[in-house]
Amino acid sequence: MIHRLRFLLPAAMALGVLALASACGGGVSSSDKTATAAAKPAATGTPAAGATGTAAPLSGKLEIFSWWTTGGEAAGLQELFKLYGTMCSPNVDIVNSTVAGGGGAAARQVLTTRMLGNDPPGSFQVHMGHELTDTWVTTNYMESLDSLYTQQGWSNVFPKGVLDIVSYQGKPYAVPVNIHRANVLWYNKSVFTANNLQPPTTLDEFFTVADALKAKGITPLALGDVEAFASVQLMETTLLGKLGATGYDGLWTGATDWNSAQVTDALTTYKKMLDYVNSDHSSLSWDQANDLVISGKAAMTIMGDWLEGDNKAKKFTDYGWLPSPGTAGMYDALSDTFGLPKSAPNRDAVVCWLKVVGSKQGQEAFNPLKGSICARTDCDASKFDAYLQSAMADWKKDTIVPSLAHGAAVSQGWLTGVSDAVTAFVADKNVATLQSRLADACKGAKVCK
Amino acid sequence: MRFDGRRLLRRVTSEQAAAVALIVPSVVAVGVFVYGFIGWSALVAVSRWDTVRPDYTYVGLSNFRNLIEYFRFQIDIRNTVVFTLFFVGACLVIGFSLAALLDRRVWGEGLFRSIYLFPMAVSFIVTGVVWRWLLAPRAGVNILPEKVGLPALSYGWYTDAHVMNIHADSRLGDALHAAGLGFLADPNYGIPVAMISVVIAATWQMSGFVMVMYLAGLRAIPDELRDAARVDGASEAQILRHISLPLLRPVTLSAIIILGHQSLKIFDLVMSMSRRGPGFATDVPALFMFETTFQGNHFSQGAAISIVMLLAVSLLVIPYLFWSLRREARL
Repeated sequence: MIHRLRFLLPAAMALGVLALASACGGGVSSSDKTATAAAKPAATGTPAAGATGTAAPLSGKLEIFSWWTTGGEAAGLQELFKLYGTMCSPNVDIVNSTVAGGGGAAARQVLTTRMLGNDPPGSFQVHMGHELTDTWVTTNYMESLDSLYTQQGWSNVFPKGVLDIVSYQGKPYAVPVNIHRANVLWYNKSVFTANNLQPPTTLDEFFTVADALKAKGITPLALGDVEAFASVQLMETTLLGKLGATGYDGLWTGATDWNSAQVTDALTTYKKMLDYVNSDHSSLSWDQANDLVISGKAAMTIMGDWLEGDNKAKKFTDYGWLPSPGTAGMYDALSDTFGLPKSAPNRDAVVCWLKVVGSKQGQEAFNPLKGSICARTDCDASKFDAYLQSAMADWKKDTIVPSLAHGAAVSQGWLTGVSDAVTAFVADKNVATLQSRLADACKGAKVCK
Repeated sequence: MRFDGRRLLRRVTSEQAAAVALIVPSVVAVGVFVYGFIGWSALVAVSRWDTVRPDYTYVGLSNFRNLIEYFRFQIDIRNTVVFTLFFVGACLVIGFSLAALLDRRVWGEGLFRSIYLFPMAVSFIVTGVVWRWLLAPRAGVNILPEKVGLPALSYGWYTDAHVMNIHADSRLGDALHAAGLGFLADPNYGIPVAMISVVIAATWQMSGFVMVMYLAGLRAIPDELRDAARVDGASEAQILRHISLPLLRPVTLSAIIILGHQSLKIFDLVMSMSRRGPGFATDVPALFMFETTFQGNHFSQGAAISIVMLLAVSLLVIPYLFWSLRREARL
């Protein structure tokens, strides 16, 4: 009897220690840095010096840091690497440093650690706007790209709206490689024809249509907000639809009062929209919400235009699109950009990478695969599919506004405050509380008083 | 007294010197990597570091004040308390019941012991993913009845935003109000239904471990004691209640400490299973700390949260350490 106890008690204790160890060691595995060996740039390149016009030929290593690990994004990145071989130098060994997961959340954590540890990658993917500016530019980690913009004539090919967003104190700090649109309403065509309905263009129409769909037992609006950005993005498109481009822009500069009656009205509309979403939204991701639209269980979803890639991957062709209700003529933009960290290793090779990223060739190679449009306005539309062509046409004429949920409009710190307020609101539906918390978040960011 | 180095040296035997040499590396490592970084976190928690550029300007306890006033943190405290009570309670009850059953020398005891203990070998990340699928409202458990021709269940599980709390306009709410405890009739003092799903997953993982601890404890009780009780005419239930349970108190305490400190700083399970949950129904301080630090760049706020978590765990562990040291001294 006693000898059994002697065996069991230490065993239990050992397990306890194991439990402690696993509790301490169990972090997020997704933050591992998976630096894969670079694709060897196609060796068909022209001699380096001739292509770039620099004196010394480029060589050594160039580390490009991103969260593009799968599908079209990864394929597009490889195209850019190939192009680097021809436009810059085939002798540069490109290190494709990626961190998967969470729309870049995991990557940003690794990036922060490296930048603070004075070990910056050559260049890194970062969302256009305040995510770049407030995180890295105002804190003096980035080099201004003024001369590169002048040399490449980029001020003439990027729209003014974009130049404003990538600039700080009048100087550009990043090169946008692509443009995504956040305010797109995607719908299942068959569901609308079968029920004799027209997809809505205004918020009033949206509610009429939504009521009709609800009466037939179809979920009007699919939402998947296991990642909080989806419900933040739905709020942002509603604010845009209600306040218009100027009023919406003012929210991020302090010109529009967060406590005003028009914001109350917009948030009340947002609350009403949430009455028409699927009840299990908090367990779904945005692409699982799209599955509801594909299967016809839901009629519409409001999501950025990366959703088209999901439709293509799932071989779904019966989809239509419109600007989200009330936002016709407005382009709620987000973009992936690359910049130049101050102590970047192999600086010349990085500068040439930025040239590739901003070039017409580079953007035309990358974007059809990524499912986004060029940030430049001179790309060849024939290389793009029907949706992207329509987006390109809008891009040239629409008013460009920065996306909230994707780091263009506000700093990351402000965005976490907004995202916290929205997460609570989606459950308690208290407009007054939401509004005061949003106003607090603006104050916390020191933009509002 | 004059310091005499030679005499001291003579007293240090080579064995003692070896012991010191062996212990120094780990003392240094623990000092730097555990206590050093705890100190550094405490420093960050009282400074104004709110961007990626470190800023150690002293701001006193204002980070803690802001934190306690912030709604998300208040919800997190509620969730942690609820999770800890339910998780530890369920593990103790289930673990003890399994141990009491296995202690009856059932056939294949070793097999059952392994079966119940195996979930502990799985990482919380895996447990979280599996239970996310099992409890997804449109899949898993909810559609099980459909397989046998019954209507599917419609539980929201971890997507249920409901918080069970005392309503201010109920009779109990009135009574509390009259007693000056009206603040208790608030969702911040309720039970978030979604949290129960996380408790189920965590209990599934850890109750086998508690079972093994209790089984070891039960085996440690001399048979003579039970035999004597039987001779005196005690029933099996009475033996369990009056002989076994009191003697198992140290095991219970150890189990509470081990489970309690785990639940106070739980992160991986929630991260992989439900994340914030609807309206932060399954949010926990560790998740908040991760998000505010690495997504919001609020480094000082993140450090403040980690210090609060450290204090909470200390409140649990330090009395236990004192208690066990005293007990060892007595033995």
